[in-house]
Amino acid sequence: MKCTGKAVKYGDNVDTDVIIPARYLNTSDPRELAAHCMEDIDKSFHAKIAPGDILVGGENFGCGSSREHAPIAIKASGISLVIAKSFARIFYRNAINIGLPIVECPQAAQSIEEGHEVTADLDAGVITDVTTGQTFKTEPFPAFIQNIISAGGLVEAAKAGIIG
Amino acid sequence: MSMTMSQKILAAHAGLERVEAGQLILCKLDRIHGNDITSPVAIREFKKMGFEKVADPDRVTLIMDHFVPNKDIKAAQQCKCCRDFANEQELESFFDVGRMGIEHALIPEEGLVVTGDVAIGADSHTCTYGALGAFSTGVGSTDMAFGMATGKAWFKVPSAIKFVLTGALPRCVSGKDLILHIIGMIGVDGARYKSMEFTGPGARSLSMPDRLTVCNMAIEAGAKNGIFEVDDVTLAYEKEHARRELRIFKADEDAVYDATYEIDLSELRPTVAFPHLPENTHTVDEIGEVKIDQVVIGSCTNGLFKDMAEADEILKGRKVARNVRAIIIPATQDIYLKCLEAGFIRDFIEAGCVVSTPTCGPCLGGYMGILAEGERCVSTTNRNFVGRMGHVDSEVYLASPATAAASAVLGRIASAEEVLK
Repeated sequence: MKCTGKAVKYGDNVDTDVIIPARYLNTSDPRELAAHCMEDIDKSFHAKIAPGDILVGGENFGCGSSREHAPIAIKASGISLVIAKSFARIFYRNAINIGLPIVECPQAAQSIEEGHEVTADLDAGVITDVTTGQTFKTEPFPAFIQNIISAGGLVEAAKAGIIG
Repeated sequence: MSMTMSQKILAAHAGLERVEAGQLILCKLDRIHGNDITSPVAIREFKKMGFEKVADPDRVTLIMDHFVPNKDIKAAQQCKCCRDFANEQELESFFDVGRMGIEHALIPEEGLVVTGDVAIGADSHTCTYGALGAFSTGVGSTDMAFGMATGKAWFKVPSAIKFVLTGALPRCVSGKDLILHIIGMIGVDGARYKSMEFTGPGARSLSMPDRLTVCNMAIEAGAKNGIFEVDDVTLAYEKEHARRELRIFKADEDAVYDATYEIDLSELRPTVAFPHLPENTHTVDEIGEVKIDQVVIGSCTNGLFKDMAEADEILKGRKVARNVRAIIIPATQDIYLKCLEAGFIRDFIEAGCVVSTPTCGPCLGGYMGILAEGERCVSTTNRNFVGRMGHVDSEVYLASPATAAASAVLGRIASAEEVLK
């Protein structure tokens, strides 16, 4: 899987309440959720990003509630990949289950600055900061999780009889 | 290879003799549940998967607790979606207005999760039932859908951190102060992906409500689950509540832990987490004058009868300070009734509080107590993130029911000791 886009960057402990505030949880429509994505942490989020852009976070990205609305809102906003130093566990499995590409890479999350052009080849395990020319290696997912991602999420994996 | 308590429960549910940290396994589930926010997404995914019937309707529970009685038309639509699904699937354990309570208080009370179970819930505070000696963890809606369809979930087997508790809690200090102290000590990602296992003579001295509060907030340290060793307190609780046979698992003597912490409960002080992370903890002794606008006593963390009794001890015969709104929410219908019978509801109303039907409403800024710009709330809930209870420039201070009630009376963050002296 390959992703290319401009980086938009946030700090540590970005929680699901700021990714999608609970006042909007009276709907599960991805477009409506996307419209409010990140608004409590960055009102200019939508003005900054274009389809395919890459979200960069710090430690414990996605901590807090189990709301799947959070990765859904990010995905529906057009973000193609989330790179973080580390992910909170429920967000991590939700992202995999809904087919939002994510990768833990502390060095990349540290070095990449907002606005940098970034490419990622998750199969090869390489992230490149095109703006600086730096490259970063990522750990491949275990085969079990790779199968879910390749199928396009847990629903598709279940339909295809890959797990269950 | 020896195993932790959580690993033993997972191994038994995966049909494996042993598991080790990091291993990916598929487990049979004893309970799958969701609420009015997460279930509609799960139901949509369940249908997308092409399933018609849940694997076992007796193991699926839907609880309408976040935005009910419906706060608006969209919330009503979400509940209707759940209600239609419950009827179509003939789910016995569907809890609607009138029967419902806050899910993590209701599920142990109803005996829907029991000692030794593996349970998932599409709500992050599902880790609460570790207090019963069960493995329970929060998941998203797609995991819930998969669980309903197959009766199973995938897990990465966690390693664990061990907390050896000694001593006993002093007066005016509760399970909430203990878990806030721990989160302050290890941080909001201090137990990320791991189990938090509680043991030792101090753990045995804790009441079941205190254990439920401690496990409820394991997620606020990033943990996969929190769990208490099974003892007489567990068995006495389950004798009253369990509807199924218990399975008792114990960590191996030589189980390996990533870290071990010893905590003397008798040294703990009432503790408050300042905005905007649960790890920003201070003991009441270090807090200067912090004036407040609102107090909330309730939620899945502290809406149990014991919590209400601790609030009542402070509020009975006293008045809530001018300019403070105090909102009290017993977590289930049964707790509400017990509060009524004990005279607490009268005490609360006479003190100037409002008492609400069970709802998660204010905790997540849904309704029933939204904060305005610049307002401060002392709350017995579990999160104090930016904008959690309302305006993005409002502030939430997390505390125990006793501290919250004392703060309501004095109009500033204060300890119960100050009121009771």
